[in-house]
Amino acid sequence: MAKITYIEHDGVEHAIDVKPGLTVMEGAVKNNVPGIDADCGGACACATCHVYVDEAWRDKTGTPSAMEESMLDFAENVEPNSRLSCQIKVTEALDGLVVRLPESQH
Amino acid sequence: MSQTEAHDLDARVVIIGGGHAGGSAAAFLRQYGHTGKIVLVGDEPLLPYQRPPLSKAWLKGEADAESLQLRPDSWYAEAGVSLRLGATAVSLNRGARTVALASDETVPYDHLILATGARARALPIPGADLAGVLALRTAADAEALKSALGPGKRLAVVGGGYVGLEAAASARALGAEATIIERESRVLARVACDTLSGFFQRYHGERGVVFVLDAGVEAFEGEAGHVTGVRLSDGRVIACDVVLVGVGAVPNDELARDAGLESAGGVVVDLEARTADPRVFAIGDVTHRPLPLYDRHFRLESVPNALEQAKQAAAAITGRAMPPPEIPWFWSDQYDLKLQIAGLPFDADRQLVRGDVAAAKFAVFHLKGDLVQAVEAVNAPPEFMAGKALIGKRTPIDPDKLANPAISMKDVAA
Repeated sequence: MAKITYIEHDGVEHAIDVKPGLTVMEGAVKNNVPGIDADCGGACACATCHVYVDEAWRDKTGTPSAMEESMLDFAENVEPNSRLSCQIKVTEALDGLVVRLPESQH
Repeated sequence: MSQTEAHDLDARVVIIGGGHAGGSAAAFLRQYGHTGKIVLVGDEPLLPYQRPPLSKAWLKGEADAESLQLRPDSWYAEAGVSLRLGATAVSLNRGARTVALASDETVPYDHLILATGARARALPIPGADLAGVLALRTAADAEALKSALGPGKRLAVVGGGYVGLEAAASARALGAEATIIERESRVLARVACDTLSGFFQRYHGERGVVFVLDAGVEAFEGEAGHVTGVRLSDGRVIACDVVLVGVGAVPNDELARDAGLESAGGVVVDLEARTADPRVFAIGDVTHRPLPLYDRHFRLESVPNALEQAKQAAAAITGRAMPPPEIPWFWSDQYDLKLQIAGLPFDADRQLVRGDVAAAKFAVFHLKGDLVQAVEAVNAPPEFMAGKALIGKRTPIDPDKLANPAISMKDVAA
């Protein structure tokens, strides 16, 4: 298991044990963490699972694919540490990961 | 009904329908602080799961049942959501505020959410009850289809809509042959523009899918109770091992209609997902809902619509501010193609193609004057994302710039 902390825009924290193999998005949705909608269920088609990856974890979460990059390019409130959480696969190496959620996914 | 009563966080909410809409409504109610009892009634024996992958990743064997399930078994107990799975609601008594189940149980409610979805439209023709004549709506349907596909098997699809095209693509990936039989002269005739229809037909054709267009289906032929072919009105017979009937969906609005609620090809609701009865909401595929952007009502079949209305109903019940209105959108995956559609082409007077259709990277914009009404994007996320924003903001665009792919979507939208 990897412990992932999701921090809502208003500061509420959710520390969740996520099974490796799931995505960071699935870890949130399956535990009903508010603020990650994931309309498309992980098809990289909607950009409603946008998160900000804590600086300390940016290397370990990898770099976005061209598809993810072009979706993020047009999402709202994008920052250099923005990612689509459906594209981050959870591994044991991500134990301790912290992601923050934007004010809105739409 | 007083405000206090309407926003009683301890009220008893009953949700009829255990699909994406119903399951999400339970989750949003808890997210929004609802503390009262929630009862979720679903006629399938399964916890809420995602249907879109059934014709795509799941059919190809790239996703398992657990990954399809919206939330794990344990969540429902932890969240205090009482489940009645494999249970059918047979009638509503709006005066007494109760729902009767087929099991003879009577479930009382303070607020009711109808999330009964839609069912696959049946073809009432001879042979429709033969084994091997399938629909694709539920996990059980998908299991039956998957077990009938494999190398050398022959799939005949009746109906060239998204479900049929996706299933054909998945069948090809599994080594099966696929023939699509369509009544109209092009596939996706009711849901996409000519350019997109032509493109998808060509792309599928190059990957071995056979199309039979302008074809009426007369009967299914069989031997020993199992389908062996599809007989067309001109007498031709398309031999096959399995048939998928994908000719649209019918809203499950009977429960609402029998209780005197209005249906117009879908249960009529307002922008809070409320029916004319303030205690009864309806969400998802079953609804005929307002589309303020297009100044009309329409029935949408999509997960984003189910989620949007689930949020509306949960917000109305808990007294939270309504979520901002969303732009309808849809997606489909076939082969290596990602199709993303935003908006609906209502009132459009012009279509504009941006990009290279032959290179499978393009978007068709539907314009009304200089406003974008809808965009259909194939492997073109910037066009989809920027187009969706333009639809919502009603920003006028310069069509010449939009048609020029050398000008970035950011500059077109600026």
